[in-house]
Amino acid sequence: MASMMQEFTKGLWKELPPFRLVLGLCPVLAVTNSANNGLGMGLAVIFVLTLSNVIISLVRHIIPKKVRIACFIAIAASLVVSVEMLMQAFSYPLYQQLGIFVPLIVVNCLILGRAEAFAAKNPPLLALADGLGMGIGFTLSLTFLGGLRELFGVGTLFGASMFGPDFKPFAFMVQAPGAFVCLGLILAGMNFLTMWQAKRKGQTVDPILDAGCKGCSACRKLDEIANQKKLEKLQPAKG
Amino acid sequence: MDTFLLFISAIFVNNIVLAQYLGNCPYLGCSKEKSVSIGMGAAVIFVTIMATIFTWVIQKFVMLPFGLQYLQTIVFILVIASLVQFVEMFLKKMVPPLYKSLGIFLPLITTNCAVLGVAILVQRQEYDFMTSLLYAIAAGVGFMLALVLLAAIRERFVITRMPKSMQGTPIGLIMAGIMSLAFMAFKGMIA
Repeated sequence: MASMMQEFTKGLWKELPPFRLVLGLCPVLAVTNSANNGLGMGLAVIFVLTLSNVIISLVRHIIPKKVRIACFIAIAASLVVSVEMLMQAFSYPLYQQLGIFVPLIVVNCLILGRAEAFAAKNPPLLALADGLGMGIGFTLSLTFLGGLRELFGVGTLFGASMFGPDFKPFAFMVQAPGAFVCLGLILAGMNFLTMWQAKRKGQTVDPILDAGCKGCSACRKLDEIANQKKLEKLQPAKG
Repeated sequence: MDTFLLFISAIFVNNIVLAQYLGNCPYLGCSKEKSVSIGMGAAVIFVTIMATIFTWVIQKFVMLPFGLQYLQTIVFILVIASLVQFVEMFLKKMVPPLYKSLGIFLPLITTNCAVLGVAILVQRQEYDFMTSLLYAIAAGVGFMLALVLLAAIRERFVITRMPKSMQGTPIGLIMAGIMSLAFMAFKGMIA
């Protein structure tokens, strides 16, 4: 039980998906022009992530190692199709707002990353806790970023006016550049916080400096190759 | 003239990364070195074109006649995944030099949302075959342009002094934001 709690809570702060693991950036940037959209996207991701984690964990002994990525994608894709149909049936306006990013949940690194890094190695209950925690962390981050951008870019929060009629909205925030800059500043803030905490405790911790998608095997492979190249470059200098 | 406008606007005005937020993970992940970014960009152009052709044909001749549009997501991603696998095998066997330069990037591209994104976008916009092909080429070129530009800028960051908490991804994202702002200026060119 204790370990389940631990797996659940790590997604909420220690390994907060978009801000710490830097996973699944496309929807984080694209749908956070309002708090509402961020929340809706987050709920869809919770559904897919939790179920895919559980299903993959259940069949983890059956899937052959060589074709595991394809299997994960197929499982995630069928869940995404169900989400699409559910959204079309019950919240069509939101479905239209999110547009192309609902089907694109299937290629979100978060889903594949958690499948590869966690669900494929752990029993279903732990995978459930992990998926739920990560999903909720993702949703909260998206809602936070969406709220921030909506507040300054339009002057509303969840559609309710916050600053009165005299407020001149800062339109930069709801457009594409604002998304990139906002996320960059939040990441820098998270890094700063981590380092400050570590310093207070007398530890030295390296901040998360690289766009990781570390959980996703594909990107890890590229990282390894890049490191190898660097080593090769360094060697003659050393010798 | 319309097709030319579409081509230009897909590269500059509606740039796939900077205006439509697609393919951000490789955009930040592969933009640390210029040589890596060129390889990745070329591989994305290649796969986007192939994937768009195949998915367009499948949508038109298999899914529409049988009323299977609701399976679009699952069919497209499986087509793209197997296509990438085949391309990798084909290049390895038939064109080794090309495989050597693009090979390592190919497995990454399956989960690149730019490829699936373009394939779905051309269906939603209901483009005909030639327009879809043109849009795919333009989207790939736009991706490569943005990627190589960012990599060139980020290579310079190595010799810059900046706060430790800003290094790496945060400054990369802010740089992408500034580039996106610059690309917004192209809007006036089309309108």
